[in-house]
Amino acid sequence: MDIQHHMLVAFAKSYGLFYLLAMAAAALIYACWPANRARFDKAARDIIDDEDKPWR
Amino acid sequence: MVSGLTVNERQRALVVLALLAIVGMAMAAFGAMRGDLLQVHGFVVLLFSLVVLAPVLKGYFAPEPPAERLHDYYDDPIKVGIILSMIWAVFGMGVGDWVAWLLAFPDMTFDAAWSSFGRLRPVHTTGVIFGFGGSALIATSFHVMQRTSRARLADQFSPWFVLIGYQLFCILAVSGYLIGITQSKEYAEPEWYADIWLVVVWVVYLLLYLRTLARRKEPHIYVANWYYLAFILVVAILHIVNNLAVPASFAGVKSYSAFSGVQDAMTQWWYGHNAVAFFLTAGFLGMLYYYLPKRAERPIYSYRMSIVGFWGITFFYMWAGSHHLHYTALPDWVQTLGMTFSLMLLIPSWIAAGNALATLNGAWHRVRDDAALRFMMMAAIFYGLSTFEGSFMAIRPVNALSHYTDWTVAHVHAGVLGWDALITFGAFYALVPWLWKRERMYSPVLVEVHFWLALAGTLIYVFAMWNSGIIQGLMWRTYNDSGTLTYSFLDTMIAMHPYYIARAIGGLLFLTGTLIACYNIWMTIRRPAPRAAPAGDTPLPQPGAPLPANPQPAE
Repeated sequence: MDIQHHMLVAFAKSYGLFYLLAMAAAALIYACWPANRARFDKAARDIIDDEDKPWR
Repeated sequence: MVSGLTVNERQRALVVLALLAIVGMAMAAFGAMRGDLLQVHGFVVLLFSLVVLAPVLKGYFAPEPPAERLHDYYDDPIKVGIILSMIWAVFGMGVGDWVAWLLAFPDMTFDAAWSSFGRLRPVHTTGVIFGFGGSALIATSFHVMQRTSRARLADQFSPWFVLIGYQLFCILAVSGYLIGITQSKEYAEPEWYADIWLVVVWVVYLLLYLRTLARRKEPHIYVANWYYLAFILVVAILHIVNNLAVPASFAGVKSYSAFSGVQDAMTQWWYGHNAVAFFLTAGFLGMLYYYLPKRAERPIYSYRMSIVGFWGITFFYMWAGSHHLHYTALPDWVQTLGMTFSLMLLIPSWIAAGNALATLNGAWHRVRDDAALRFMMMAAIFYGLSTFEGSFMAIRPVNALSHYTDWTVAHVHAGVLGWDALITFGAFYALVPWLWKRERMYSPVLVEVHFWLALAGTLIYVFAMWNSGIIQGLMWRTYNDSGTLTYSFLDTMIAMHPYYIARAIGGLLFLTGTLIACYNIWMTIRRPAPRAAPAGDTPLPQPGAPLPANPQPAE
């Protein structure tokens, strides 16, 4: 049981930090990627008028 | 409603309800053999299936709906969901105010077991969180997923299964507490059979959402859908893991948790805090990111910030639960981990609150004139306040003062009244006229009255509990010269009494506002739809007039 606990702590304190940093970097790069800008702007604008009918 | 279903779907409803009735009878029979409370819940399930069966049978022989309906959005379950949600709001807040008075005047239990605080309190929390909040999330998610995907719901049967099946879970939960059925896990009180039923309902819900998204005509999945999906997916994981239990008998209500000791406590608060995160935050952020820009007719201030905030909330919240167990047998490093992540959570939380307010920047005249939008703005403010407070309270020395006191109650209610309820009312006031094709709500004045009652009620409630909680915490830790406690527990009770009365009055104001909202929504629905204007009787479009007011790039 002791070994398991120590392993978990070591894992959380070392690898845990880096995988969170990597995920944060991935999210930031996706959000700030210049090529995505137009797509995001369009997505934000398009919901303003969507009450009519489903598209076919 | 039933006439909108095909004959095939009506038959499927009959089969499901008949199976449910058989399960109910079996539960009642097995429970009766052991003299177990399962008998009562068997009859509840049976009665529920019969009550739902009545409208299905009544509409069974109605003609098939026209095929043209498939070219429209499917809004019937959304409408029913809004009404059910408002019924739960009145019930849950009514019981909440009842227990508030009960705390001020404990003799009001009248010596009955069902009316004790320990049984009524989960009736209140389940009624408002799962009944009101859950039904509102299901209804609005059906709306948002269709509109942002520009696609009709994937089928007509499963939305009803999800919405009505979820009501059965809530009814089993609430009726169980009153007769003493609970597994004693906060916000996860229902016993094993109700938990299994919720898993079935929730999996159908997730599949319905994914199938509708798969049919989408708009290639980009709008960010509100991500929040709703996180809500559905993570709540499924949390619910299953925290409710892992072994029933003492399949013919009885009692079960034992698969975890024990500090692991059980950690699992429970991993669940408990993520219920706050993904039920009371992620789902309602989905609401905010759709209804606020739409009502303001302005795109969200920064779509990028909404994405960064989404991943921040999903990554960080998962680790924050251990701050509920400061100064317990939980290992110190786990407590520190929870505290650290709770502090980091302030960043994505304020991204969302700031994004909402920045969207309204430049449209303050609309906020002034439109109470529905003001509900949403106030919700964003309370979201920012209570997430700041939450991060602060997770710091261990602060928690030493706040934990187990009414400060926690103040914090929770700043969140659920100020944030969750206000954003829901704002969304409903926008949604009801759209869905029922009315020009506006029956009475804009009553929307105003509701807004000010809700705001006043929340402020009175929260300030009363802040005062009460901090006084309570300080009295508990005051030592005299000989090193013993200065105040007895009874002394603290007497000191809190006036605040308890103030809290109950605040709750009463909030409840009154909700009743007014019910009346207003009901009258909006009942008002006949405006006649279509004769052809040609419309003003000519102004040349070059911009469509959305004050358009701005989503940057």
